[in-house]
Amino acid sequence: MHKRVTFDDKLLPYMLLAPQLFITVAFFLWPSGQAIWQSLIIEDAFGGNTRFVWFANFERLLTDSAYWHSARITLFFSLMVTLIGLALALLLAVMADRTLRGATAYKTFLVWPYAVAPAVAGVLWGFLFNPRVGIFAYWLDRFGIEWNHQLNGNQALWLVIFAACWNQISYNFIFFLAGLQSIPKSLIEAAAIDGAGPGRRFWTIMFPLLSPTGFFLLVVNIIYAFFGTFGVVDALTKGGPAADTTILVFKVYNDGFRGSDFGGSAAQSVILMLIVVALTVVQFRFIERRVHY
Amino acid sequence: MIENRPWLTVFAHVVLILGVALIAFPVWVTFVASTHDTATMLRSPIPLLPGPHLIENYTVVLTEGFAQASRTPLWKVLFNSLVMALGVCIGKIAISIIAAYAIVYFRFPFRMTAFWLIFMTLMLPVEVRIVPTYKVVADFNMLNSYSGLIIPLIASATATFLFRQFFLSVPDELTEAARVDGAGPVRFFRDILLPMSRTSIAALFVIQFIYGWNQYLWPLLITTKEDFYTVVMTLSRQANVIDGVPQWNLIMTVGMLAMLPPVLVVVFMQRQFVRGLVDTEK
Repeated sequence: MHKRVTFDDKLLPYMLLAPQLFITVAFFLWPSGQAIWQSLIIEDAFGGNTRFVWFANFERLLTDSAYWHSARITLFFSLMVTLIGLALALLLAVMADRTLRGATAYKTFLVWPYAVAPAVAGVLWGFLFNPRVGIFAYWLDRFGIEWNHQLNGNQALWLVIFAACWNQISYNFIFFLAGLQSIPKSLIEAAAIDGAGPGRRFWTIMFPLLSPTGFFLLVVNIIYAFFGTFGVVDALTKGGPAADTTILVFKVYNDGFRGSDFGGSAAQSVILMLIVVALTVVQFRFIERRVHY
Repeated sequence: MIENRPWLTVFAHVVLILGVALIAFPVWVTFVASTHDTATMLRSPIPLLPGPHLIENYTVVLTEGFAQASRTPLWKVLFNSLVMALGVCIGKIAISIIAAYAIVYFRFPFRMTAFWLIFMTLMLPVEVRIVPTYKVVADFNMLNSYSGLIIPLIASATATFLFRQFFLSVPDELTEAARVDGAGPVRFFRDILLPMSRTSIAALFVIQFIYGWNQYLWPLLITTKEDFYTVVMTLSRQANVIDGVPQWNLIMTVGMLAMLPPVLVVVFMQRQFVRGLVDTEK
């Protein structure tokens, strides 16, 4: 943590830190403080008077059925994005790890979706399932399934889940593959000599040894699903139809910028900040301990 | 593998090929769409093989733009995205490396306070404090400007940590030798530490370039003039136009151009990319 040899200079270290600290304070800490302050006041419609109202904004929010609807959707959405994304990535990583020579080639073909912006992913999947010209919508129609995510809230939610998973799979894949490749081959060989087949070796050796990677990815994916998917939702459904894909982070934006409900939006911001802080703390605890079973 | 199980190897390849196909399919459809004319793209089912209008579509989009949401030629929009991506990633690397240098190589009051202040930004993604951050930028008069697109995004706890980790691993003997030879802090940084950090810088560059290029919510908030639109938000605007006939061939051409730069960076700098991804998350 500390260097034995350091330089002596009274002014220089502050000058070196100044830009980073200025931006941190001006664009992170100050706005966060403002969000907390705004969540405790009500501004009248003409912007002149402000009234300190303690937790009235939170009370209003937590008794609003639209907020709970959004919270339920967010929970389901995050759960699905995390589970599907992790399961598919693990499957692909295990398979790529098996094919010794192919691993690098497949890796190149599997990592690039990370570079696609969430909003672009949203547009792409929206086009694939477009009720009028989408190729998937056309195929589904031939199987007798009528697809219209612009009207059907359930279909819209699944479509947002697919797009978000597609965008995140390569990230999970990279970490799972790195985790698998760091498992000592001698362990697996020893198990093979003792007569354990591939399936048994996976569940008793590889899977437990992957648990630190798995936990880490679990937290990162939940954070991604909660906060990183704004672009997917905005480009694909704009929260609709009828607020059925309005996840919490989209609601903050929608209420604050479109609805001009600053108090309510700020209260939502504060709740989301608490969630991020909690998740980050969990993430750091897991990383420090490096869970092994 | 340990024992020879041909059927399992075949199975692995089949799963992987299916996976690659599934992941590549949306982009293939996008590419095909960008090679047809508007009329073809309005007749369902749409074709799955490329058509003859590739050059025409890309020329129209890049040099003229098309109606509906914005009429700016796309090369200007791409230029904005490039400025933003490079600005964000160079800015982040520059201010983080000097901040980490100050924290590791100097003893001064409030050193740990500064460290924790920077650490806290890690916990506050822009999405959760949208309205107040917008107000700050408006108060600084930075709406509709490159500085407004770039500066609020360049604080980086992850980059500062990465450089701090790396500096801590640099042997003290090197610093001692430099001091014996009469090098001051600025010279030590410039001539010894900076060249040694090359690989970390390259890894961060790839990750932060993608981060900057792919920003969506931020440019959406602070740009109201088409002169400052970025390509990702332009694509989303074009795809969500409600009135009129959607020109899917041109919209998907914009989609291809929005994806191409960051994807090329990842594919051609794959080693740095994977390294950067793994390093920044530690």
